[in-house]
Amino acid sequence: MIDILIMIFSGIGAIAILLASIGMLRMPDLYLRLSVTTKAATLGVGLILIGAAFYFQNVGVTSRVLAIIFFITVTAPVSAQLIGRAAYLIKTKMWEHTVTDELEGMYDSSNGSLHGIETSDEKDAQIIQD
Amino acid sequence: MSLYNYLLYFILPVLSLSTVFVFIRFLKGPSIVDRVVSLDLLVNIGLGSIAVYSVLTEQGTFLDIAMVVALIGFLSTVAFSYYLEKRRNND
Repeated sequence: MIDILIMIFSGIGAIAILLASIGMLRMPDLYLRLSVTTKAATLGVGLILIGAAFYFQNVGVTSRVLAIIFFITVTAPVSAQLIGRAAYLIKTKMWEHTVTDELEGMYDSSNGSLHGIETSDEKDAQIIQD
Repeated sequence: MSLYNYLLYFILPVLSLSTVFVFIRFLKGPSIVDRVVSLDLLVNIGLGSIAVYSVLTEQGTFLDIAMVVALIGFLSTVAFSYYLEKRRNND
């Protein structure tokens, strides 16, 4: 019975990782590839690790598995955001069918700083300062 | 079909196939950022392979190595993105 549970968990995990790698190969753009791999690979590795935890049924192994899953779940968005930011800053090309680029025009390439749209409060503050 | 055969003849080949796909992207990758992202995914696939291998050999100790590999993968991605930004500033 527990074998069937492990088979289901590890099978779904392996298929999720396979879909992530196919997306990595077929997606047209760096940003789309990043979006595919971050979520699907985290899900797949987490499910395979849960299968391992069910196989051993041991406090030490289960705590290790939970620590690894927690670590992956916390760090995957952080690393994806960092590498996406670096890719945007070194002007990696987008797909030609990309519709919106919300950061367009907000990036000062002379000193490398990003700034947002000025809100009305900030404009009022500038007027008062002037 | 026993669990051993299932893991050995289904899960590990699927993981190997995905490793091949990601490695093709690693070789083709138009920009360096593509290579960094595919390297990150390779580390994640290796993490899954370590978990499957620890079940096959019934050695729970391998999961310690999986923890270290996850840590190194995260740190390598952070370091790569940091130095990519720094290189842009120096050019």
